[in-house]
Amino acid sequence: MLEVKNVNVYYGAIHALKDLSLKINEGEIVTLIGGNGAGKSTTLKTISGLLTPKSGEVKFNGKMTNNLRATDLVKLGISHVPEGRRIFTKMSVMENLEMGAYIRDDKKEMDKDYQKVFSLFPILEKRKGQIAGTLSGGEQQMLAIGRGLMSRPKLLLLDEPSMGLAPIIVKEIFKIISDINESGTTVLLVEQNANLALKLSHRAYIIRNGEIEIEGKSEEILEDDRVRKAYLEG
Amino acid sequence: MEQLIQQLINGVSLGSIYALIALGYTMVYGIINLINFAHGEIYMMGAYIGFALTTFLGLGFAPSLILSMIGCSILGMVIEKVAYKPIRNSSRISALITAISVSLFLQYTMMYFVSPQTRTFPEVLKRKSISLLNGKIIIDQKNIYIVAITVLLMLLLQYVVKKTKLGKAMRAVAQDKEAAELMGVDVNKIISFTFAIGSALAGAAGVLVGIYYNTINPLMGATPGLKAFVAAVFGGIGIIPGAVLGGFSLGMIETVVSAYGGSVFKDAVAFAILILILLIKPNGLLGKTVKEKV
Repeated sequence: MLEVKNVNVYYGAIHALKDLSLKINEGEIVTLIGGNGAGKSTTLKTISGLLTPKSGEVKFNGKMTNNLRATDLVKLGISHVPEGRRIFTKMSVMENLEMGAYIRDDKKEMDKDYQKVFSLFPILEKRKGQIAGTLSGGEQQMLAIGRGLMSRPKLLLLDEPSMGLAPIIVKEIFKIISDINESGTTVLLVEQNANLALKLSHRAYIIRNGEIEIEGKSEEILEDDRVRKAYLEG
Repeated sequence: MEQLIQQLINGVSLGSIYALIALGYTMVYGIINLINFAHGEIYMMGAYIGFALTTFLGLGFAPSLILSMIGCSILGMVIEKVAYKPIRNSSRISALITAISVSLFLQYTMMYFVSPQTRTFPEVLKRKSISLLNGKIIIDQKNIYIVAITVLLMLLLQYVVKKTKLGKAMRAVAQDKEAAELMGVDVNKIISFTFAIGSALAGAAGVLVGIYYNTINPLMGATPGLKAFVAAVFGGIGIIPGAVLGGFSLGMIETVVSAYGGSVFKDAVAFAILILILLIKPNGLLGKTVKEKV
């Protein structure tokens, strides 16, 4: 479904992604794990079109997307739930979801999807009219994911959905990510919480200094000594 | 007492003009954090377009108003595209300098083409006044027109911003451009629209002022532009109802101060009030420091 091949991305003089390649098949949950500044968010931004690679290819469903902007990629079916949630804090919960459906005009189908989001996150229905900035951190994350689903993505990019949340809420959100995947959405999950991410996902990539260091099946990586030392213990 | 009421009526008309201009300031600031100092000149251009349409083409009030609004919205979009878009990611000081340059450019280009002399706006609305309280208070038909049109435009704006998809996109872009882009919003288009709407309101103010005071000149935008900026800050810049509140308050304060023997000081009083407000409420009357949960 998604193929990233030898991609190089720069922030000015900083070489953020170095010949990075990865692949996501339809129906998978793939996780991208790495420390601070390893290039996880940069990878997602490159896939969703917020950043343009200097060289290399990004292909989504066979189509080259290197030079497409984020606005166009949403229409192709890539939805990016950014780091730090980035919900519209001054707008209501419902308006945030409506923004998620910005590219759509099919009112009837949209109503169905609002209901779907509300069944995944019942709390959002209760808080429909509330200003989004007044939600708790966990609710804001749920809203961010719900908003991301409203464009009916084929591929959902999640950037650190566990950030700053209590363990019990993280568990709940991870359960929902697995539900979203089972209903047919492919997921690329960026996480610092390697343990949880590896347990949830099918395959994993470990990124370090802008390069893929290890890749493989998540259950095997969970047992990998190098990974255990660097990301799972301590 | 009658005099006070009379002055307040005049103040509401003047305040309408300030409010219309202030809305453009506040909307543009809200969306790209730019104080568009050329905004007063768009208002001046609106007055001149209205003048040309009524004088040379003999058009009536309504078509002149509408065409002038359209003309100004195009001008606003062009200014944004040519002058502001290329420096969108530069420092705020370069943006400010650019805005001042655009302002001077428009003033002096107009002076070259239409000469600095003051022009008389034709009487497109017949003089007709209503007397109240045995003629102690006189309301000119023009006052009613100005206020009614301002209120109508504000309701329309409120509807667009609160209820339409375009309005939602505008608010989303104002809050977080990157997140809006991820929703599929064409950020450049929305910024362009914001300039168009703000400039159309300034254009309307230009025509209304031409009708109200009858005279226009190429530098007429400078002072009202500055005062509308004060009005926007007064109400809380970036907040749409704040601009309306600020505009009306400023208009009324000014007329009342002039009426009670202070016409020389009216601007001083207006700016003194701004300073006071900013000392007490740095974010303006309706501005609040929002604490957000993280």
